[in-house]
Amino acid sequence: MSKAEILGQIRRGLGRTEPSAADRDAVASRIAAHKANLIPARAQIPEKECQQLFIDMAREAAADVIELNSLKALPSAIAEWLDQYSITDLVAAVDAPLPELCKKLPETIHIRTGVAQAGDLASLTTAFLGIAETGTLMLYSRPDSPTTLNFLPDNHLVVLNRSDIVGVYEEAWAKVRELNQGKMPRTVNMITGPSRSADIEQKLQMGAHGPRRLAIFLID
Amino acid sequence: MQITSPDFKQNARIALQDVGLQKALGNVKTGFPHKRATAMARLPEFDQLRDEARDLKNHIIENLDIYLEAFESKVLENGGHVHWCRTSEDARKTILKICQEKNARTVTKGKSMVTEEINLNEYLEANGVTPVETDLGEYILQLRGEHPSHIIAPAIHLNLEDVSETFHANHHKPKSMDPAVLMQEAREELRNKFVAADVGITGANFLVAETGSSIIVTNEGNGDLTQILPKTHIVVTSIEKVVPTLEDMTLFLRLLARSATGQEFTVYNTLSTGPRREGDQDGPEEYHVVLVDNGRSEMIASELREMLRCIRCAACMNHCPVYGAVGGHSYGWVYPGPMGSVLTPQMIGIEKGALLPNASTFCGKCESVCPVRIPLPKLMRYWRRNEFEKHLTPKAARWGIGVWGFFAKRPALYRQLSSFSNLALRTLAGKKARINKLPLASGWTDGRDMPAPSDKTFMQLWSEKQKNGASS
Repeated sequence: MSKAEILGQIRRGLGRTEPSAADRDAVASRIAAHKANLIPARAQIPEKECQQLFIDMAREAAADVIELNSLKALPSAIAEWLDQYSITDLVAAVDAPLPELCKKLPETIHIRTGVAQAGDLASLTTAFLGIAETGTLMLYSRPDSPTTLNFLPDNHLVVLNRSDIVGVYEEAWAKVRELNQGKMPRTVNMITGPSRSADIEQKLQMGAHGPRRLAIFLID
Repeated sequence: MQITSPDFKQNARIALQDVGLQKALGNVKTGFPHKRATAMARLPEFDQLRDEARDLKNHIIENLDIYLEAFESKVLENGGHVHWCRTSEDARKTILKICQEKNARTVTKGKSMVTEEINLNEYLEANGVTPVETDLGEYILQLRGEHPSHIIAPAIHLNLEDVSETFHANHHKPKSMDPAVLMQEAREELRNKFVAADVGITGANFLVAETGSSIIVTNEGNGDLTQILPKTHIVVTSIEKVVPTLEDMTLFLRLLARSATGQEFTVYNTLSTGPRREGDQDGPEEYHVVLVDNGRSEMIASELREMLRCIRCAACMNHCPVYGAVGGHSYGWVYPGPMGSVLTPQMIGIEKGALLPNASTFCGKCESVCPVRIPLPKLMRYWRRNEFEKHLTPKAARWGIGVWGFFAKRPALYRQLSSFSNLALRTLAGKKARINKLPLASGWTDGRDMPAPSDKTFMQLWSEKQKNGASS
């Protein structure tokens, strides 16, 4: 009922009745083509520069970026990072390479897998992509990587391959469309730095409701 | 919420004398415009993106019915639900029904101006469902029983002392004047509420027809905890938010944060597509989209159609001298500033909202910063005309406009009169070039000086220039 009324009112406003088949086709093909609009030049640059731009922009957004030259260096880098905040508990996603990696962490670190709970101090996930233009991580939900890991814990540790850094958002959408036969994942998160708020007198404070710290372990 | 837009003049008078408010409003003027200008300078394509965004929004509105149906069919395909609501009341009832079906006792809420517009919180409370605002600013206001005074910085009218006192009274903790400590208190208070909520309600910045997704944009992460923890996620949004594709959404995202807070990108941009999938360990089991019309479809037929391009960035109010002087609450309803002066008369009626489009000097700053190039002064003028036609304009003003109109239609007489009044005003000003007392215009001179006119009128200067131009 309401639907017909709303659509009817829209059509009266547009000075027409039901859209013609041609109108509908035009819209359908516009959607199917999903053409890019103007893409800023900033991140349309060679690969190496793009990776550096990602690092610079992520740091500007207050993310901690730790550059590592191989996956082998990761367990000790994670252990060290946790140690500086005296954190000994970690809740981890289970997509590769995390299970293997967790086995190599010191025994003093207690590891749990599954969803995050209120009170968790740190989580460990992978990132699907890094987007250079704003230093943004892209993650998506799936059984191996629950979304609560990205938001509930106080600290979010993210493993990102240097080769998974793209320049602009449009490149990221192209890769999202390659997942699940083109079906959009339930949740896609674009994360640029840790949580913050300036709601009290416009003074920026870090750690509002999401993670207080975001650590990106960038692997060569 | 109570509408006080008809009392705008009184509201403004009180606001101008409110020392605390004036101090707080200083944060708007010094913060947002500078941050936006910096972000804009870093993106050379910014103005081109604004042109594209304007054109894209126009295309969407011209095909709005088709895009909405395309969006709906994608949501259904993903296992979600879509509810079409013509009025605020329809929307409130629809949302309450979903909450009742889930036996919901508490509902967490991400920041949503549409839920303010439909007055959702009071309605839920009256029907036994407790809404919990989770955005820090909204949470502060809920504790104080207030409404937002700004669409992206809801508590901008408050000072640190106000928040400190409110938290001290509600959290039963030692009083703190450290914003970091206060935020920490809110974080702890809300953590368990996020987990315990039966339903999570968020708004949507955009709806993507291509995928059937809704997207929210937050810096705090509260919107995400609101939509992933409860078993039911309700997206309450309005019909003009639909965009064709992910690429089109991207065009608006590049403009939104930069225009709003001056950030390169908001911290969390999250797309939600239907309920949780098979094997997922978290995420909502049900996903509902409540599409609110509430007068928007009627705007398509009028000049107000251009207002439907608005992406709610708040740049117009951040740069508005009137907003900066009197604050958001003076406007007397949900949407303040220039965008509110255009929307409010549509939603509450011009009879109640007539003063708002008049509360503008037409300096044009709002239009100059709008990311989708909405001609806000032109749309405010539409309402002034509408007000005049409906005979809502006060008698004295109508008489004044009538007298002016009489002379304006008789150019020779008009010129004669204006050179006479020019001389009179200059004589009155003396050497100061400013007039601080003017007969019959104390309303102007009580508050400020009237600048004295220049020696010659525009028409005199013009004809001299024409003559000189012709001789040289």
